[in-house]
Amino acid sequence: MFFLLSVPLVLFSLGVVLARSPVRSALSLVVALFLLAVMFFLLDARMIAALQVIVYAGAIMVLFLFVIMLLNLQHEPVETARPGQRTIAGAFAVVFALVLGAVALRGLPTMPGPGVEVAVTPSFGSVESLAERLFTRHALAFEVTSVLLLGAIVGAVVLARKIPR
Amino acid sequence: MTTLAFPDVAWLPLLPLMVIGATALLVLVADLFSEGPDYDALGWLGLIGLIVAAVCAALLWNQSGSTLAGTLVLDRYGLFFTILFAVGSGLTLLLSMNYLETTDIRSGDYYTLLLFSTVGMVLMATSVDLIVIFLGLEVMSIAAYALAGIWRTQVRSNEAALKYFILGAFASGFLLLGIALLFGASGETLLPRIGEVAATGTGEQRLLVTIGAALLLVGFGFKVAAAPFHSWAPDVYEGAPTAVTAFMAAGIKAAAFAAFVRVFVDSLGPLAGDWRGALWILAVLTMTVGNVSALVQRNIKRLLAYSSIAHAGYLLVGMVAGGENGNAAVLFYLAVYTFMTVGAFAVVIALGRRGQPHEDLDDWAGVGLRSPFLGFAMTVFMLSLAGVPPLAGFMGKFYLFSAALEAGYVWLTVIAVVNSLVSVYYYVGVLVKMYMAEGGVEAEATSARPYLFAALVATLAGTFLLGLFPTPWFEIARRSVESLI
Amino acid sequence: MTTVPASWYVVLGILLFTIGALGVLVRRNLIIVFMAIELMLNAVNLVFVAFARQQQAMDGQVMVFFVMTVAAAEAAVGLAIILAVFRNRETVNADEVNLLRW
Repeated sequence: MFFLLSVPLVLFSLGVVLARSPVRSALSLVVALFLLAVMFFLLDARMIAALQVIVYAGAIMVLFLFVIMLLNLQHEPVETARPGQRTIAGAFAVVFALVLGAVALRGLPTMPGPGVEVAVTPSFGSVESLAERLFTRHALAFEVTSVLLLGAIVGAVVLARKIPR
Repeated sequence: MTTLAFPDVAWLPLLPLMVIGATALLVLVADLFSEGPDYDALGWLGLIGLIVAAVCAALLWNQSGSTLAGTLVLDRYGLFFTILFAVGSGLTLLLSMNYLETTDIRSGDYYTLLLFSTVGMVLMATSVDLIVIFLGLEVMSIAAYALAGIWRTQVRSNEAALKYFILGAFASGFLLLGIALLFGASGETLLPRIGEVAATGTGEQRLLVTIGAALLLVGFGFKVAAAPFHSWAPDVYEGAPTAVTAFMAAGIKAAAFAAFVRVFVDSLGPLAGDWRGALWILAVLTMTVGNVSALVQRNIKRLLAYSSIAHAGYLLVGMVAGGENGNAAVLFYLAVYTFMTVGAFAVVIALGRRGQPHEDLDDWAGVGLRSPFLGFAMTVFMLSLAGVPPLAGFMGKFYLFSAALEAGYVWLTVIAVVNSLVSVYYYVGVLVKMYMAEGGVEAEATSARPYLFAALVATLAGTFLLGLFPTPWFEIARRSVESLI
Repeated sequence: MTTVPASWYVVLGILLFTIGALGVLVRRNLIIVFMAIELMLNAVNLVFVAFARQQQAMDGQVMVFFVMTVAAAEAAVGLAIILAVFRNRETVNADEVNLLRW
C-alpha cells in the first residue's frame, strides 16, 4: 500500500516542479495533495485527511488556479535556468541527500520496524482527540492563528484592491 | 462526550501582547471612519498603544510566570524585547507619518499592518513553544511582505515584496522541517522539553535534534540575513518603502534574533559544541561579505542594507561567545542598533521629497553644510555604526568583542575588529560626500516635518545615552538573559 | 492499517521536501515556484503526521492544522503580491522581474 501511494506521489511531485505550464503543474499538485490525504488516512489522521482535501485541494488550489486563469498565462516564454543555478541546486540536492541518508540510517531505528504494529487507541486521530489538544495545550497557538488570518486578509486586500486615484 | 478543560489563563503575561493587538484592531476599525489623506490620527493611536504596551512591560519587570499551558512565559528576556520592539515600531511609526506624505501610499492599513507585525514579534520573544514562535514569525512576516509591497504604483516596491515573500516562505519551510524533526525526537514542541532530550536523549534522538537544529539555523539565517542566506536583503531593502526598510532592519532583525537566541541557548544549549562551529563560520562570512560589498555601493539604502548584514555578523559573534556576557552583549547591541539604524534611515527619508527619493550618494553632496542638523545627525549615526567612541555603537561592539575574547575566540575577535575597521571606510565615505563635495540636493526644512524631527531627536538621544552611560543598560540586558540560562 | 514503519513516511516526506526546494531553486515561473513552496509545506505535514503516529502524540496532527492555516495565509498574500507585480509588469517570469535575479 505504501509503495502504491508513494511512487505516484513522488512522480506527481516531480510533475509539479518540472511541468512546462503552470496549469499542469497545479493539477499535478492537486493529485499529489489527494494522495497525501490518503496517506494521512493510513496514518490514522482521519480529521487531518479530511481537512487536507477541503482546505488544500478545495480552497488553496482553487485560489491558485483562479490566479493562473486570471493572469492568462499560456504564453510565457520557455524558461532558461542559468548555469550557476544548476550548480547551486546540485550542491543543495547532495547535501539534502546526505541529510536524508543520515535520518534514514541513523536517526530512525528507534521506530518500530516493518511488521511491528504500534497499537493506537481507537480515538487516535478523531475529531475529539484533535480538538482536545487544540483547545487545551495549543490554545495560544490557536488564538494566534486568528491574528495571522486577520493580518493576511488585511495584507491581501491592501495589495490587491484597486489603486485609488 | 468529553468535556474540555481549558487551561488556566494568567492574564498578566499576556498584557503587553493584548495591548498591541487591541491597538491594531482599533486602528483597523478607526481607519474606516477616518478621512484621508491625512492619517496622522491613526499614527498617534498606534503610537499611544505602543507606549502603553512598553510601560506595561516595564511595570512587569519584577514579575515572572507563564500562561496557557506554559506556552507563553513572562520573563525579563521577553519583557526586554517587548520594550525594544515597542520602541522600534514606535520610531518607525513616527518616521512614517511624515514619510507617507511623500509617497502614493494612501492607506491607513499601513499602520494596522505595522502593529500586526509587532504582535508577531512580541510572540516570537515571549513564547517557549516552537509552534507559537513559528506562528509569531509568520504573523510578523506576512504583515511585512504586505508592507514591503504597499507602495503599489512603484514597480520596485512590488518586486521587493515578491522577492521578500518567496525567500521568506522558502525559509519558513526549512524552519518548519526543523521543528518537525525536533518534534520527532522529543514528541513535544516546548523548548524546555526539547532541551532535556538534547541533553539526555538517546543517540538517535540527539541525531534528529542535531539535524533539526541545522535546519533551524538555515531558517533563522535567512531571517537575520546572514551570509550565505543574505542575497535577498539588499534588493528588498532598496525596493521597499524607506520607512518599511527601517522597520525591517531594526524590528524584524531584532525579533529574528530574539527567537534565534532563545531557541538555541534555551533549548539547544546542550548541543552548543555542535552549533558553535557552524555559527563561527556564519559570523565570519556574514561580517566579511557585508562589509566588503558595502564598499562599492552608490545607493544609500543598499549601503545600509549591506551594513545591516555586517551587523548581523557582529551579533552572531556575540552568540558564538555565548554565556551571560555574550548573550547580554547581543541584547544590548540590538537595542543600540535599533536607534542607530532607524536614525540613519530617518535621515534618508528627510532628504527625500515627493517623487524624488534622493537615494543616490551623489545627491547627498554638500548636504551636511546646507542642513547642519541633518549633517550632524548623519555624522552621529555613521560614526556610531562604524563604532567610534563615545557613541553607542562603540560600546555595543566593545561588549560583543570582549565577550568573544573572554570565551577564548581570539581569531574571531581579530576578524571582527578588522571588519569593523574596514567598515569605517564606507561610513566615513558618506560623511566625506556630505561635507566635502558640491552640487547635491537641497533638503526640506526639518521644521516642516515635525514627526520626522521628533524621530531624529529620539534616535540621537538613544545613541548618545547608550554610548555615554552604557553600564546601567548593559546591566538590564544581563538581567534579561539571566532568565534564559 | 500501516504495514510499513512510520519512519518510511518520514523519509518520503523529506524526499518530497527536497523536490519542492529544488523546484524553488531551479524554476523561474513565479506561480510554479510558489506551488513548489506549497509542496515543501505539505512534505513537512507528512513528516508531522508520521511522527504523531509513531509517538502516539496528537500534537503532531495539531501542528498540521496550524501549517495549513499558515499555508492559506501565505497563499492569500503571496498571490496578491503576484497579482500586483503582474498588473505593473505583465509577467510572472522571474527573469523579467529585475530584483529577482538571485
